[in-house]
Amino acid sequence: MTDGRVPAGVSDGLLVWPLSMPLTPVDTLETPSAEREYVWTLNFGPQHPATHTTLRLVLTLDGERVLNAVPYIGYLHSGFEKLGEHLDFNQYVTIVDRMNYLSPLANEIAWHHAVEKLLGIELTPRCKYLRTILAELMRMHDHLLNLGTTALDLGGFTAFLYFFQQREHIYDIVELASGQRFHTSYTRVGGVLFDVNTDWINRVRKFIREFPKVYDEVDRLLTKNRIFVDRTKGIGYLSRDEVINFSAVGPVARASGVERDLRRDEPYLAYADLDFDVICSRGGDCYARYLVRMQELLESLKIIEQAVENIPGGPVNIGVESDMVLPSKPSVYRSIEGLIQHFEVIMPNRGYEVPREQIYAATESPNGELGFYIVGNAETRAYRARTRPPSFIHFSMFPHMIRNHQLSDVVAVLGSINIIAAELDR
Amino acid sequence: MVCLTELQQKFGSQIVESHFRDNRRIDISASILLPLLTSLKTEYGFNMLVDLTAVDWLEYDGATDRFSVIYLLLNLDSGERLAVRVPVNLPDAVLPSVYGLWRGADWMEREVWDMFGISFSGHPDLRRILMPEEFDAFPLRKDYPLKGRGERHNFPVITRSGS
Repeated sequence: MTDGRVPAGVSDGLLVWPLSMPLTPVDTLETPSAEREYVWTLNFGPQHPATHTTLRLVLTLDGERVLNAVPYIGYLHSGFEKLGEHLDFNQYVTIVDRMNYLSPLANEIAWHHAVEKLLGIELTPRCKYLRTILAELMRMHDHLLNLGTTALDLGGFTAFLYFFQQREHIYDIVELASGQRFHTSYTRVGGVLFDVNTDWINRVRKFIREFPKVYDEVDRLLTKNRIFVDRTKGIGYLSRDEVINFSAVGPVARASGVERDLRRDEPYLAYADLDFDVICSRGGDCYARYLVRMQELLESLKIIEQAVENIPGGPVNIGVESDMVLPSKPSVYRSIEGLIQHFEVIMPNRGYEVPREQIYAATESPNGELGFYIVGNAETRAYRARTRPPSFIHFSMFPHMIRNHQLSDVVAVLGSINIIAAELDR
Repeated sequence: MVCLTELQQKFGSQIVESHFRDNRRIDISASILLPLLTSLKTEYGFNMLVDLTAVDWLEYDGATDRFSVIYLLLNLDSGERLAVRVPVNLPDAVLPSVYGLWRGADWMEREVWDMFGISFSGHPDLRRILMPEEFDAFPLRKDYPLKGRGERHNFPVITRSGS
């Protein structure tokens, strides 16, 4: 264990910047002792603009050097998992939306991925491609905000604005598909709420065309920016073994050299048909995590482009012969068969066969492996709906990452692990 | 792939294997939990603890045990997953902590303690994590109502004059 410091001579892999240039945290000072009079305590949060969400840190400091950090979480705990035991598989999607609210559709897709695996539903090809496009848009959405706010906290306001404008375009695309910008509640068991049309496809194509220009601008603003690199290089170092031991996954793990991406290793949706690279780095610090996220933006764009051009025709939802899906809204309002089917799915005393079994299924969400452990009990709601939240796992590493850094590095490290308190506390 | 018969030879035959879809699970008893997980980590390469969670079986038809604790393991080199399920019963709902094997178990075990009241012996810092310190129930147990027991309404309010 290296206590968040960069060991001498760590090799860099993807990184182009020389390691010797920026400051590395002091590790030559004598071992800190808590009895020293000048050790002081700082309460950081729960309401603080730089935490972005509601979380609290109690920092023990020697001057500006962090000796210890104790996170206190739970300020946003609202019993999501308990609610999951009382809402049915379609209703609970409105709650999972609100977990990682930077990428709500990614949560919905993960939840219904697990539910469909429990029920044994195979999606239609069109739905698989559509969900893939949405999942990748959400990855970009999440990374754009994360990269933008990281830059903002470190003094780079312009990059934040540039990326936020791109997020608006993604909001527009999502709104056009689902009718909602933020908490879309778009997926359903066995499909999605509505199909998309050619307008939507064209809007996505337009976004694919225009995004690289903005990306290049932000890349020029940040990637070789002396101040930004100084503030992130060598900060919050995690070795490969530490990352594995701490159960971290996703961009945080890939930035430390763990070659793991569920899209490639356990392909779901349409990922098996698409060509993309898994981005890894051996840097292990905040800068490496920044680079990995930046590269993943381009990979996501690549995936979206392939999926949009190859999206198959046909129905988007599985047929109503399967008694588990909700019929389309027009058929509910205009035909008696549709109305009956709707009642059969919705009414608590009707319902469908749910296996009395337990299942764990995970997807690669923007933040890492987002899994659900569902227990079925012959009801159309889960008996237990456990979420494996990546933010929760990543935040537990925080005291380890921040030790022996400066106070100003707290926001750099917090930004680089992308903590979303709603997902952290559920 | 971990061979079941090999595990049974080492830890006794009370290990039961089952499958559902692509999930592979083994059910074991609490007495062999720590040696089994140690062996899975060191000899079979399950180097990552993906998740640690619990289920309360109080309202489940035909359930014999009160709780299960579930360890979801992953072998990063081969991509193999394995779920290890352990039954836990009241009044002494205690399991050995796996903090020593995986540091990631730290907060996961704290959450299970917080939500279900299953305690982990050997955990260095077993405090409540999501609920406030003074909370005295375990909210994800099935006998805890969805609406709570009035904790929110009876929450002590600190006024300016009283502080």
